[in-house]
Amino acid sequence: MSHNGQIRFIAPVGSVGGGINAAALDEALAQPTDFIACDAGTTDAGPFSLGMGIPAFPREAVKRDLSLMLRAGRKANIPVIVGSAGTAGGDVHVDSVLEIVREIVAEHKLKLRTAVIYAEQDKAYLKRLLHQNRILPLDPALPISNSIIDSSSRIVGMMGVEPLQQAIGDGADFVLAGRCSDSALFAAIPVMRGFPPGLAWHAGKVSECGTLVCDTLGRGVISTTVSYQQVTIRPYGDGLRCTPQSVAAHGLYENADPFLHRECSGILDLTNATFEAIDDVTVRIRGTEFFSEPVYTVKLEGAELAGYQSIIVGGIRDPYVIRQLDSWLASVRNYIDDMVARVLGDKADRSSYNLVFHTYGINAVMGKLEPEARNLPHEVGIVLEATAPTQDMAHKLAELSRQPLLHYPIKEWAGSITAFACLHNPAVIDRGPVYRFSLNHVAVPSTPLEMFRTHFEDLDGSTQS
Amino acid sequence: MKLADIAALIRSKNAGPFTLTFDIMFADQASYDRVKNSGVLTQASFAKLYGCPEEKVRFFQCDNALALKFSIPRPLTQGEAGDGDMHGGQQFVPLMNVDIR
Repeated sequence: MSHNGQIRFIAPVGSVGGGINAAALDEALAQPTDFIACDAGTTDAGPFSLGMGIPAFPREAVKRDLSLMLRAGRKANIPVIVGSAGTAGGDVHVDSVLEIVREIVAEHKLKLRTAVIYAEQDKAYLKRLLHQNRILPLDPALPISNSIIDSSSRIVGMMGVEPLQQAIGDGADFVLAGRCSDSALFAAIPVMRGFPPGLAWHAGKVSECGTLVCDTLGRGVISTTVSYQQVTIRPYGDGLRCTPQSVAAHGLYENADPFLHRECSGILDLTNATFEAIDDVTVRIRGTEFFSEPVYTVKLEGAELAGYQSIIVGGIRDPYVIRQLDSWLASVRNYIDDMVARVLGDKADRSSYNLVFHTYGINAVMGKLEPEARNLPHEVGIVLEATAPTQDMAHKLAELSRQPLLHYPIKEWAGSITAFACLHNPAVIDRGPVYRFSLNHVAVPSTPLEMFRTHFEDLDGSTQS
Repeated sequence: MKLADIAALIRSKNAGPFTLTFDIMFADQASYDRVKNSGVLTQASFAKLYGCPEEKVRFFQCDNALALKFSIPRPLTQGEAGDGDMHGGQQFVPLMNVDIR
């Protein structure tokens, strides 16, 4: 498959469901290509997808992109690799994407030897690792215990290249993986074929967000070629180009450290990487190193139910209230707490619920980091957020908060005031369950494969009517 | 001159659920060198601007990307009660007004 000592892959879009540019994909695939890979997930959206077990992308968008990738892969007879399926990469997420794959296979009469790799972690297994001191904290260290493992609604491990390589080695046309390192999706085959790991991993790193590596935004696909000496990367798509600066800058994106990137098997080190323009759209990378670590680690991601939420949205325009907003809201909160205790009694212990006032116009966006919270605006937007163990209680907390927000007095005005402008009637919006991230740890498995379960399905749409 | 008038892009983003990262990017070498060599952007100046402990601030000079970068722990974990910026994308604004001599 490799041509002249090099290997070429296509990153068709930054995330499955993002919207593949089909014309650019066709153009890119006119050149010999070894594989297509794409991630389908992230924690960037927040803990809800992992906790609740549902994807964050519309099904139709995922189906369109998957269909384009799978048909392109079969046409060129090259493997397609998709990881972090269904946003969070839990078993339920993988299965929801597998169902879409079955539909595509039937509709387009494809034959697809599919390897499904599950990344959700068995809680008894994790507790055994914990007991053996093989679950290690990352910074910032969160507490870890059997009960935290139990209370997490779902825990996934982020796989490296090894489970993907095993699936490819066993003849998969299509690898559908649960939670996975984005770069590993692209590095797996080049590393397996003996290309330098620094170059192979860096090729994955710069390709995994699709055209985000370009110097301007636009819809297109990324073509990346790894050889023994260098990586070259270029986009296909109108007006798109990679420049040395844009490719170098991609190392910064969503990474705390722009030079050192931790993977399961070691550290990708960009310190000595060089970036040169080959032509107007193509960049050459050299010098990137990869240092294997003696201990193989798998990052864990967990989400636990934080409670149920109800909110009220509104605003304040009265300058007398705005100039004493902090103390006024503190008084409103005390009044609400007293009323909750009176009305709900034992059903709503003070420690069991949480009330937050997001004050838009003051510091709702930056919170403690806001340096200009003293510059008072003429109008303040307020979102009252009530979180409680049940939706019923959260709803009642928000309902009980409305009257104090409306009418809590200030000394500047004599008599009854209405200080809060409600946006809606009914004022209370139920938000359903909310989740929090429960882990920031790595696991130390005995082997790179033991935390991941692979099974093969020979999907055949050609036999169905 | 304000940093916003020299930089091509100032941005902030989550780097995982527990970290905020800030990128200050420049269109040309001269602009990058001017800010880098001004000595105005340091761990200490960033810590002061964002009211966080200096030892928690990580500062990187990325010469080949023409970019300066800071990372700090998130004051609240992404999605924790009270967090008002799920993606961390609007935390960069105080950097805009930093005076570069």
